[in-house]
Amino acid sequence: MRKMIFTLLGVGALLGTSYAAQANSVLILEGYQAQAQMDDPAFREFSAERGQEFFSQNHTGGKPQTPSCTTCHTADPSGAGQTRAGKTIAPLAISKTPDRYSDFEKVEKWFRRNCTSVLGRTCSAREKGDFITFMKTR
Amino acid sequence: MLKVKALLWGGVFMMSQFSVAMADERYRPIDNPVVEKECGSCHMAFQPQMMPKRSWEKIMDGLDDHFGEDASLSADVSQEIRDYLVANAADAGWWSGKFMRGIKEGDAPMRITEMPYWVREHRKEVPARAWDDPKVKTKANCQACHRDAKRGYYDDD
Ligand code: HEC
Ligand code: HEC
Ligand code: HEC
Repeated sequence: MRKMIFTLLGVGALLGTSYAAQANSVLILEGYQAQAQMDDPAFREFSAERGQEFFSQNHTGGKPQTPSCTTCHTADPSGAGQTRAGKTIAPLAISKTPDRYSDFEKVEKWFRRNCTSVLGRTCSAREKGDFITFMKTR
Repeated sequence: MLKVKALLWGGVFMMSQFSVAMADERYRPIDNPVVEKECGSCHMAFQPQMMPKRSWEKIMDGLDDHFGEDASLSADVSQEIRDYLVANAADAGWWSGKFMRGIKEGDAPMRITEMPYWVREHRKEVPARAWDDPKVKTKANCQACHRDAKRGYYDDD
């Protein structure tokens, strides 16, 4: 599996950044998969449905201004969002913004911030994996 | 007499050159890519020339609860940004920028939009209904009204 991923990465680099980005996002998901299994040995696989529910629902425990991911990203992941200060956010769906979920540091930074703002805690590897899996279907 | 006139015109010419140079100096476009990236993702990265050092220090000390949001950064990135903001703050040069007008010593507003100079400039010239335009959303959305804000131009409209 590892080997395949690295081959994929190499081919991706040759074919262009959008393929490399896809290969990177595969690697990032692999990492969350391993972590989720460590957190819970019974864990099997990520689910786009769970990701969708997590994305859409109103959470408690976070800041009052931001009850949901949709507060800024809107209910439609393939449309643009808006920050509270009025700046446009490119869609979260990979089909619309191909370089999403390809830079591990960026992904972790925004999960850390946005999960703290919305849920008042960090997100688990499983929540992150479900979320990205959902965004790949969009 | 002729000499005096020439001197006078020379002076006027020099003054105009000087004020052009000042205009460029006032709110320089941000030339640090880290600041541009990290402070420009939720709103335009604001030019440091618009608040005093003490305000930027306070902002950088409180990024984990930044106007109701978590905007925290790793320690080294945060330090680089802090250094840039402080080095270019309204009170960093040998002259104080316009934004220092009317601010009390020791006051450290957390918002540019609460700086006395900003308040005065916008009270005079902006009709109340302009703020209700849904495109504006908040006073902090400078670009809604100042299209070239990122390049440091605020007197265009
Ligand atoms: C207060 C506004 C806001 C809220 C609420 C919010 N986000 Fe975001 N999110 C942003 C901004 C701004 C960015 C960075 C801009 C960009 O990448 O286009 C971002 C980026 C991200 C990224 C990085 C994607 C990438 O490019 O790799 C992820 C992941 C993310 N958000 C997940 C979430 C999740 C999960 C929630 C809900 C728990 C959430 N966001 C809620 C504003 C928000
Ligand atoms: C996670 C999103 C986010 C990031 C990243 C962020 N900010 Fe903000 N910032 C906000 C929000 C939200 C507001 C409040 C907007 C409002 O009330 O209109 C704000 C407001 C401000 C204001 C006050 C604007 C005014 O009203 O005059 C300043 C100054 C500021 N930010 C500086 C910074 C600096 C410096 C950085 C980089 C270290 C930064 N911000 C990064 C979300 C962010
Ligand atoms: C609702 C529209 C609006 C918003 C939003 C807005 N401004 Fe302004 N601003 C104006 C108008 C109108 C003027 C006065 C006309 C002029 O001089 O261009 C002005 C004037 C100014 C001036 C003085 C210009 C000069 O003559 O040197 C500065 C500096 C400035 N604004 C900065 C900002 C900053 C920084 C922000 C965001 C934090 C902001 N403005 C947000 C409308 C706006």
